[in-house]
Amino acid sequence: MKKRIWKDLRKNWLLWVMFLPVFLYYIIFSYTPMYGILLAFKDYKTKKGIWGSGWVGLKHFERLFSAYNFELILGNTIGISLYSLCVSFPLAILFALMLNYLRLSKLKKTVQMVSYAPHFISNVVVCGMLSIFLDPNNGIVNGFLNSMGIASVAFLSQPGMFKTIYVLSGVWQGLGWSAIIYISALAGVDYQLHEAAIIDGATKLQRIQHVDIPAISPTITMLLILNLGSLMGVGFEKVYLLQNDLNFNASDIIATYTYRVGMVNQDYGYSTAVGLFNTVINLVLLITANTTARKVNGEGLW
Amino acid sequence: MVKKNKKKGFLSDKVFDIANVCIMIILFFVFTYPLYYVLISSFSSPAAVWSGNVTLWPKDFTLIGYKELLGFGRMWIGYRNTIFYTVAGTMLNVFMTVLCAYPLSQRDWLPRNFFLKMCLFTMYFNGGLIPTYLVVKSLGLTNTGLAMIIPGALSFYNALIVRNYFMNSIPAELNEAAKLDGANAVQYLVHVVLPLSKPVLAVVTLYYAVSHWNDYYNALVYIFDRDLQPLQSVLREVFASVSVNTTDPQGTAEINVEALYQKAQLAQNLKFTSIIVSMVPMLAIYPFIQKYFVKGAMIGAVKG
Repeated sequence: MKKRIWKDLRKNWLLWVMFLPVFLYYIIFSYTPMYGILLAFKDYKTKKGIWGSGWVGLKHFERLFSAYNFELILGNTIGISLYSLCVSFPLAILFALMLNYLRLSKLKKTVQMVSYAPHFISNVVVCGMLSIFLDPNNGIVNGFLNSMGIASVAFLSQPGMFKTIYVLSGVWQGLGWSAIIYISALAGVDYQLHEAAIIDGATKLQRIQHVDIPAISPTITMLLILNLGSLMGVGFEKVYLLQNDLNFNASDIIATYTYRVGMVNQDYGYSTAVGLFNTVINLVLLITANTTARKVNGEGLW
Repeated sequence: MVKKNKKKGFLSDKVFDIANVCIMIILFFVFTYPLYYVLISSFSSPAAVWSGNVTLWPKDFTLIGYKELLGFGRMWIGYRNTIFYTVAGTMLNVFMTVLCAYPLSQRDWLPRNFFLKMCLFTMYFNGGLIPTYLVVKSLGLTNTGLAMIIPGALSFYNALIVRNYFMNSIPAELNEAAKLDGANAVQYLVHVVLPLSKPVLAVVTLYYAVSHWNDYYNALVYIFDRDLQPLQSVLREVFASVSVNTTDPQGTAEINVEALYQKAQLAQNLKFTSIIVSMVPMLAIYPFIQKYFVKGAMIGAVKG
């Protein structure tokens, strides 16, 4: 082995040199932090450093599992992502199918183009717009409700509304972008199948049901499994930005909790443990999802 | 592609088509109206927006909000910082991405699979917030502009897109020919591979640039100095701070209500103008680049 490495070093030394910065980058910014996970089992003292701080075993994890809000943040994390998956996932497929059958090509192109745009708007702006539109005093949504004779609702202050706001704005942000993959899969469907179906007297709905959906079902299964694999990976930014004291019970998730105990309370060991808990569950889910994908589809992510 | 259906007999098909067109038109407005509303509100008198009179076009056209914004120094500091982070960060990103993607695309490179796995692992497992923060801090990067650039110097997802392109779209015979002509790996990369990879490089450059422009998280964790904050952090403050004193129902009623209202209205107006100004670069180039974004999503969707 050693000999082969030396031989390759001589032959491909430029590739080794090229890759060196990337290697160092991953060692410093990915693998050193992995070493820092030790903190989850230690009582961190700044002076003593990561290695020198004393071991505390599973104390942090016991604290997490017995925390009064543990079930709440776990429930919120899974709740938000399941809700989001159940709404966004089918809508993206539906949107792609409908676009595919749209005959007015100008309208098709225009709708497609504007549907991608929100994907590139920052979460800060999206959440800022939400707070403007949903404002109980002069927001345009409440203005509309008032004109229909309905009293104003303080949407962002109601825990019960938080997840819906998060999910629906997420649909606005991601619908067009997540439909792209289905649109390209639909474009690859053999048109002869459609012609055969037309000759057999199939309506468009029947063609969708019997030609299109079977054709893109491998893509659908694959994406569904992958989405299930990232069930615990709710993004931090948007939840954090929409969070306030009033909707806190519905909006506190593992990621925001990790941030709060770590960066705000500076409780490094505990925060690392909470983060590790989330990462491990994520990894288990992803591996399970990947194994399932392999069984169902014949191939997975790796 | 869907060709024209010759038989137009089905009633259900007609209903389907009409419904489809209607839904698409509605969707068009759903996607565009929020931005359009922000745009017209930014040009309307604050009082008109406040009372809900702006719905379809600007009312009492005015540039007062923009004038106000011009005097808001922190916004421009943020703007300058973000431009710097975006330009420098994206250049570093693209450089690192090529350095990562090219060796990993060379089939005869001995440690290729080992390093590929090493990189892939980081996509699914990481140290998490605090361990990463401690590393960045121990390098002395916290509260410097470098914290906005270096910890995110490479996204392996984008490197994979580029690697797939190198492997699938550039004929291996070119490498043989270049070798015969005496070119080494770097010469081959610079003179043959990169010029042929312009489409995919354009795509990842745009991805990186957008993510820098929209970055809020890194600043939240690593930057405390106001003068170093990027645009998104300033925007966040514009949205958050003003709404507090305006929505307080039992607000101090004794103070001059008129003046308070005016202040609140201007603050509201500032939100609209700052959204527009923050998106100007994006809005200006979006129509020209959107086809590249789509292309990138397609390339990214192809597994390698």
